Amino acid sequence: MPEITYREAIHDAMVEEMRRDENVFLIGEDIGTYGGAFGVSAGMLAEFGPERIRETPISELAIVGAAAGAAMVGMKPIAELMFMDFILLALEPLMNQAAKARYMFGGKATVPMVVRMPGGSGTGAAAQHSQSLESILMHIPGIKVVAPSTAYDAKGLLLSAIRDPNPICFVEHKLLYKVKGEVPVGEYTIPLGVADIKHPGDDITVVTSGIMVQKSLAVAQKLNQEGISVEVLDLRTLRPMDSQAIINSVKKTGRLLVVHEAVQTGGWAGEVMAVVSSSEAFDYLDAPMRRLAGKDVPIPYNRFLEAAAVPQEADIEAEIRAIVSNKY
Amino acid sequence: MTTWKKEEFDNFETTDVLEKSSELGINQEKLIDMYRTMVKIRIFEEMADKQYALGKVHGTMHLSAGQEAVAVGAGFAINKGDYLLNHHRGHGHFIASGADVNKMMAEFLGKDTGYCHGRGGSMHIADVTANNLGANGIVGGGLQLAVGVGLAVQMKKTDQIVLTIFGDGAANEGIFHESLNMAAIWNLPILYLCENNQYGMSANVVRVSAKTPFKDRAAAYGIPGYYIDGNDVLAVYEFIRKAADNARSGKGPVFVEAQTYRYFGHSKSDRNLYRTKEEIDYWKSVEDPIIRFEKLLLNANLIDIQSINMIKEEMSKVIDESVTFAENSPEPDVKDVTEWVYA
Repeated sequence: MPEITYREAIHDAMVEEMRRDENVFLIGEDIGTYGGAFGVSAGMLAEFGPERIRETPISELAIVGAAAGAAMVGMKPIAELMFMDFILLALEPLMNQAAKARYMFGGKATVPMVVRMPGGSGTGAAAQHSQSLESILMHIPGIKVVAPSTAYDAKGLLLSAIRDPNPICFVEHKLLYKVKGEVPVGEYTIPLGVADIKHPGDDITVVTSGIMVQKSLAVAQKLNQEGISVEVLDLRTLRPMDSQAIINSVKKTGRLLVVHEAVQTGGWAGEVMAVVSSSEAFDYLDAPMRRLAGKDVPIPYNRFLEAAAVPQEADIEAEIRAIVSNKY
Repeated sequence: MTTWKKEEFDNFETTDVLEKSSELGINQEKLIDMYRTMVKIRIFEEMADKQYALGKVHGTMHLSAGQEAVAVGAGFAINKGDYLLNHHRGHGHFIASGADVNKMMAEFLGKDTGYCHGRGGSMHIADVTANNLGANGIVGGGLQLAVGVGLAVQMKKTDQIVLTIFGDGAANEGIFHESLNMAAIWNLPILYLCENNQYGMSANVVRVSAKTPFKDRAAAYGIPGYYIDGNDVLAVYEFIRKAADNARSGKGPVFVEAQTYRYFGHSKSDRNLYRTKEEIDYWKSVEDPIIRFEKLLLNANLIDIQSINMIKEEMSKVIDESVTFAENSPEPDVKDVTEWVYA
């Protein structure tokens, strides 16, 4: 199977779906000649022209609002935000309009739109260009939140997202753009709302998503050599959350660590733990559930401070060791 | 105090209905239909107020009595199939665009037979299948959606336009500027109708706006703008039709600001502390859009007092029936509270 980058996988999904469906179009800042802030739409202007690669002024509110409006009348827009942080400028159309139209209008409206947004820290871009805001997005009924961790998942999930009749926030981690993975040639989809066991194990379940999947996998492989068997469960879709997959895994391993880059307070780790504590999986726990999340701090600029603000492999490893050795 | 400056309007006041209607190609039947619809809206709003007073309404409402000429002038000037994005004071525009008052009243009373099966209420009445994309609870909410609907129309190359109606309050939201700028750079077929009723809740438009009329702001984006007498139904019809033709022809967006006045308070919490009784009375007596239109029709012998009374009786009956329909309709089933939720 050929190896391509996460960036190429997202690019390919958009290109292939735009060839298949003339209602799909991309809208965002600097997505044309520049190819997007992270190069994801490179070359697309040449193939699809300025009408379908719709380059906008710096108007995030109107970008997301326009996507919602176009989606309500039969188009399938993909809005690209330069940084996830900028969704805060456009929460109104996302949360008050797109998320509510179906319900508020008595089931008669559909809003098939995708908002793609690169999130996460690690690039030295500091507090306003490095956030992981997925927990905020997850709080609103009517929005699906997808966060792929591999090139394979990125392509399959994005195709499903574009075809879904509902508004979707597609969270890309900017450090993953260059990461390569095996991706089959041609069309395939991955259903939304279905988690994936990225590394099977028996001693502890690590529920995670996005870049923390990659970090958790590195730790799992290392600990495997010492006989500590870690199951890495990649949620892939954060809302709706695959509760059954979480329950099944915890019933098998008896231990739970939730890892996410988003800050801890109000973060979705609490939601995962609530799934376990209010299900039959609770009776299978052999140790307290734990979470490892971003510190409650704006992302700092300095590289050492930045790294200290979010979970690193060493933190995940230490936490797993502590849980499996019954330190809590 | 009133902000109304009649001498600055871009329209000439309609004084001769025969001359004006022949210029606009409107026949007598259509003139009467416009009048009938204005009456229907007024009676609907008064009935809505009454239903509230009787304690039959769970939520709030924003009534448009006094603004009927804007609703009817615009509703009659656009084509069936054009898209409508409305503000929160939207009953009149929906009635003028042909909405079923039974389903509207049922929605107002929260019933399952309402346009939104009781999920939306007065502030969210929509009929998506008829290209009525809803009233909006967020001031300026329609302005952003209009850009996308305009893009869709342009990309699908249909003959439609997007009519987005918003108030003077929305003109001070940031999205107003983002929306107008985008529509202008892409030549989108959007008709911006600013329904200036002079108050954003209690805020007088002059007190909270650095410069009026708002058509000057449209000029800042190179969008042709008109400031018209929104209580002259034929003036509204004329300018909206011209603007719609312009937008439909591919020349890009047009902006029309219609000056009008609302009689009821902003919503039910309003005690009218910010305006005088004299001001309200002036608008109700001298400037009332229905009385003004009625006079024109009477003077031209296009209608007589007997017909006027018949129309009022007929419309009262239609609205009474809508209340009966709504009252006899079932409440939504509580077990369906999460229906239509997908995530």
